[in-house]
Amino acid sequence: MNVRRGFRPIQTRYRLREASYGYLFVLIWIIGFALFTLTPLVQTFRYSLHDVVVEATGIRMQYAEWKNYTRALFTDPTFVQLLVEYSIETLVSVPIVLIFSMLIAMFLNLKFRLRGAFRIIFFLPVVITSGPVIKELVAQGAASVPQIARSAALLDFLAQLPTAIRNPVQYLLSSFILILWFSGVQILIYLASLQKIDKSIYEAAAIDGASAWEAFWKITLPSLSTTNIVVAIYTVITLSHFSENKVVKYIYSQTYVIRGGIGYASAMSFLYLAALVLILLLIYLLLASRVRRVSA
Amino acid sequence: MTSRLRSLRDNARLGLVATHVANAARWARQHQDTVRGFLFGSRSRRGLIVTVLLYAVLVAIGFVYLYPLLFMLITSFKSPTDLLNPMVQWVPTQWYLGNYVKAFRVLNYPSTLLASILVSVVPSVIQTMVCSVIGYGLARYRFWGKGLLFALILATFIIPPQNTVIPQMLTYRQLGLLGNILCLILPASMGQGFRSAIFILIFYQTFLSLPKVLEEAARLDGASDLKVFLKIAVPSAIPAYIVSFIFSVVWYWNETYLTVVFLEGGIQTLPMQLSKFVQAYENLYPPGMVNIFDRINEAVKLSGTFLNILPLLIMYFILQKWFVESVERTGIVGE
Repeated sequence: MNVRRGFRPIQTRYRLREASYGYLFVLIWIIGFALFTLTPLVQTFRYSLHDVVVEATGIRMQYAEWKNYTRALFTDPTFVQLLVEYSIETLVSVPIVLIFSMLIAMFLNLKFRLRGAFRIIFFLPVVITSGPVIKELVAQGAASVPQIARSAALLDFLAQLPTAIRNPVQYLLSSFILILWFSGVQILIYLASLQKIDKSIYEAAAIDGASAWEAFWKITLPSLSTTNIVVAIYTVITLSHFSENKVVKYIYSQTYVIRGGIGYASAMSFLYLAALVLILLLIYLLLASRVRRVSA
Repeated sequence: MTSRLRSLRDNARLGLVATHVANAARWARQHQDTVRGFLFGSRSRRGLIVTVLLYAVLVAIGFVYLYPLLFMLITSFKSPTDLLNPMVQWVPTQWYLGNYVKAFRVLNYPSTLLASILVSVVPSVIQTMVCSVIGYGLARYRFWGKGLLFALILATFIIPPQNTVIPQMLTYRQLGLLGNILCLILPASMGQGFRSAIFILIFYQTFLSLPKVLEEAARLDGASDLKVFLKIAVPSAIPAYIVSFIFSVVWYWNETYLTVVFLEGGIQTLPMQLSKFVQAYENLYPPGMVNIFDRINEAVKLSGTFLNILPLLIMYFILQKWFVESVERTGIVGE
């Protein structure tokens, strides 16, 4: 007892010293966060509640309550439409990216010749995907599988469908390759997770008579459940921050309207952030419920 | 007599056939596993059919995957007559370089290339160094509020740039910094650069996975915390530095939203110049002044696009090992 009491001040002092050095290392981030993220975020929120006019010397603000928000949601038909399209497209793309990157990762996890070459191919788009490049490729029709997307039978079939189903399908056909192009980093993440799974589990299952098919559903997929969440979140963020994203482009185009542009763009940014968080939450809940079921 | 002889001979022949059949069946029985193993595979090795299927699927997906690039490359070499000729699909009648000459001039290639390199390399170096310091602090020290800090770091990853970019732009305008590379360097130097959160997490994971023993030994020998970080932690995390740096370069190079808002009117990067390619082309070759073959067409545009990604492609093929093994090397899976 006495010995412990004698040690305690030293321990506390040590902990305090450790904490202060820790803060010293992350201090620059905290300052940066306050300066370059928190302050601008609050300022943007203030703009969104004001009518902002740009003048030669600076900006003039006039309080406008929630006018910018109601304008975006109820008056402006374009914004809501773009927001809905963005949400649907993201929710369509995420499962495709997830399944595709998992499949490719499992292929690349096998041992065969030329594996390195295929790895290079599947990671290549990460390096070259930028807004203007994608824009040019889409404009020239290089983003879709040409024979399928332009076949007459398919177009006839599409014309029969109601708009709510037709739009996502059309999006899928016209930019299928681009959706796949957003899977580079995800393939790597899956590959790393696959390599972490203990080989002896597969061996034990094989001795018990499990086929490769059963092994996939009972071993591989449950082991990847956390990775699924990471990959899904990464995919949503990448798609949402992409500079060719419709909503992002619309907000950008509104920013430079002299009268009221900044306030309106700020309000739309916050609505966009809300939509993004909702989508993330939805996907997280869907995938996390799977994790819980699997571990239970 | 003859009939008996014949039937005897027939019997003998039948017997011979029977032995052959029996032999063949025995051979098949004996080698059944080998044949089946060769075609369909066994527990220990993959069969021929599976191997062929595997390559076929991978080549097919690989082709679809690379289709936009191939299309771009082929089209960029087409002369105006080839473009109009519906017979010319994949093989141009001649390797026409005129598109590249025009795109080179329109992009103002040497100076925009230099600007792009500057704009991507300088913030990347700073971002990598700063993020490693932050990641080390998070991995090695216990302090209050770490959970909150991680939540905020994740938040900086989620919040779209347009939620924070306008006030920054207005501030930079007041300071007269708009169009200056400092607009990108300042946030990067405080861990708020483009996708800094990912790099902080990479370094956090890396330092967490390094053994603590060496650092503790050095500390017992009287080394200060800063010295331990610089002399022991940094050298053992070199792969993470390289991976972070090249990813940072690629992402800064390809980022157009921030560069357009902050640098427009000042530095011109390649992607910025590409996004107003048509306008720049018509300034250089006014549509009313040049003959029809020198008007802008998709081949010229795609040449410009290819020139835009060419430096990245070269970098990728030189450093491909670092890219494709990055996740394994840094051990980031985000768990």
